[in-house]
Amino acid sequence: MSAQPGPEVAAAHGPGASGGPSAAWQRLHPLTPVVAAGRTALLAGVVALEDRAQSQGSSLVLMGVLGGVAVLNLVISAVRYLVTRWSVGTGALRIETGLFTRDARQLPLARIQAVDVVRPFLARAFGLAELRVRLAGSSRSEGRLAYLSERVALELRASLLAGHHGLDLSTPEPVESPVTAVPLGRLIGSTVLSGAMFLVVALALVGTFLLSRSAAARGAYFGTVAVYLFGFLRRAWQRVAEQYGFTIGLAPDGIRVRRGLLSTVSETVPLARVQAVRKVQPMAWRPFGWCRLEVDVAGSPGKEQGTRSSKVTKSLLPVGPGLLADSLLVSLLGLHQFELGRPPGRARLKAPFSYHFLAAGAQGALVASSVGRLRKVTTWVPLEKVQSVRHVQGPVQRALRLSTVHLDAAGRRLRVQFRDRDEAEARQLFEALVVACRQARRSASIAAARPAVGGDGAPGGTGAGRTGGAPAGPASPLTTGQPAPPVAHDAGPAHDRT
Amino acid sequence: MEVCALSALALVVTLAAAAGSGEVVGGLVAELVGELVAGTVLLLVARRRFRAWAYQEREDDLVVSRGVMFKRQSVVPYGRMQFVDVTAGPVERLFRLSTVKLHTAAAASDARIPGLEREEAARLRDRLAALGESRAAGL
Repeated sequence: MSAQPGPEVAAAHGPGASGGPSAAWQRLHPLTPVVAAGRTALLAGVVALEDRAQSQGSSLVLMGVLGGVAVLNLVISAVRYLVTRWSVGTGALRIETGLFTRDARQLPLARIQAVDVVRPFLARAFGLAELRVRLAGSSRSEGRLAYLSERVALELRASLLAGHHGLDLSTPEPVESPVTAVPLGRLIGSTVLSGAMFLVVALALVGTFLLSRSAAARGAYFGTVAVYLFGFLRRAWQRVAEQYGFTIGLAPDGIRVRRGLLSTVSETVPLARVQAVRKVQPMAWRPFGWCRLEVDVAGSPGKEQGTRSSKVTKSLLPVGPGLLADSLLVSLLGLHQFELGRPPGRARLKAPFSYHFLAAGAQGALVASSVGRLRKVTTWVPLEKVQSVRHVQGPVQRALRLSTVHLDAAGRRLRVQFRDRDEAEARQLFEALVVACRQARRSASIAAARPAVGGDGAPGGTGAGRTGGAPAGPASPLTTGQPAPPVAHDAGPAHDRT
Repeated sequence: MEVCALSALALVVTLAAAAGSGEVVGGLVAELVGELVAGTVLLLVARRRFRAWAYQEREDDLVVSRGVMFKRQSVVPYGRMQFVDVTAGPVERLFRLSTVKLHTAAAASDARIPGLEREEAARLRDRLAALGESRAAGL
């Protein structure tokens, strides 16, 4: 029924480890079981209606099964509702759940990576919402509160983010300034273009269909085209429904994204938690100069249920003209476009199909690179977020006196690559980047002046003394509108002393 | 990395066994010579690979370099370390060796040091853990 206690969270933080008086325990919204069981019930209802319309007994069994499942669902979620409680203290959000296996979690506010408020369709009808708190390395069931009333969910989000920035928990949600929205027409247009290849194949099939004579062949072609079209429409619908009404806002506590047609999602990512930014320019969008912006946040890339709000990659702009994307990069993240250096011409021999996009550069506190064969992907990573630096040289590269420097960001595949650079230059870059990363880390940790926050699984990572934490992110010019956060003075482990 | 050498040796033995069964006596000498050459080459390759593997504990980061064909050099700052793994397979256990692996939040980070003496592995693990804690930087 309930997941095992998250080992990292539960083990690292004994009761009251994060200090502060624990606030009163609170429950989920009483309508939770109804909403949780609602989907099955709705399905049963539809079957029942159909049954009445057709006045046949054949679907009676199905209806019975569905009804049974709905009732079972209702009971299970009612029990879950009864055994679940949560509270938010100064240092952590606490969630206790489980009937047989009691599962008590503490989610340290200082480690929050993102907070989402999700309103699935049915919950929305009842004015309920689900809150999802994401920590680095957390799985999907952790930090999920379903369902709260919308007001409570929004208030809780405000206090979690306030706590994350080291402010008082009762600090009201800061005012958000809208940045941009994505018009529906552009969204649909881009979806159609993304499926252009799909459509071309479908048209080709239609062509062969018209040319063919035999009825059986015609039937087969027709079926294939129908399946193709169905698949395409389904994906297109999914994308439009997910990204409908996309708006980005900027608040002192982070970037806010709102989207969704039937189920709405509202995501908040604290600026200092941005691990990397990607700009993707698919080939099909090139005639319009459109691109897509994604922000990467640390977290597990595990599969998510329901509305896909908790993917590790957060869409910052599902589709938009390049100029808008550039201005967003500047205004939201303080990233400035800068000249990227190109690899020497002989790299063409090693990478004939991707040479045209290969470029990389470092400037200030950022590194950036672009790669790709057909679609151009540009990645920016703040130097302070770089996890490791690697220098790699393969046999072909050695013959051409080339080598590659990788700067890995948190996650499965994100990195900035100085690909196929001249050997000597790459060697120099490698040394210089290692030093630059160290300096960036150091200045970031001094600026943040917060106790060391190792990863969740850090050896001997103590849970004590992790309250508060000032907003990191000296690079962002956006935190200026915010009252100066108190510096946490608790005795955390020492920072780099050297 | 004695492990590599050992596996190369095992390969030679199996090759010899395979050749030994069902071979005419006249061809045996040639076979043996061939195997000796192959075995030597394998051993040399393993030796080179072993020689190429190196690590250095610097003030702020761990440097691991390896590879003969593909030369790789990784720099992992202690502060970025999420956890340290010490593993020992059956062959490694036979020779009282273990492998130390550093994990960061990035999946691509590649800092593995195989074939360490067990004591050295334990020392390295403890040192890395201590350094990781004192220099930890948030994600």
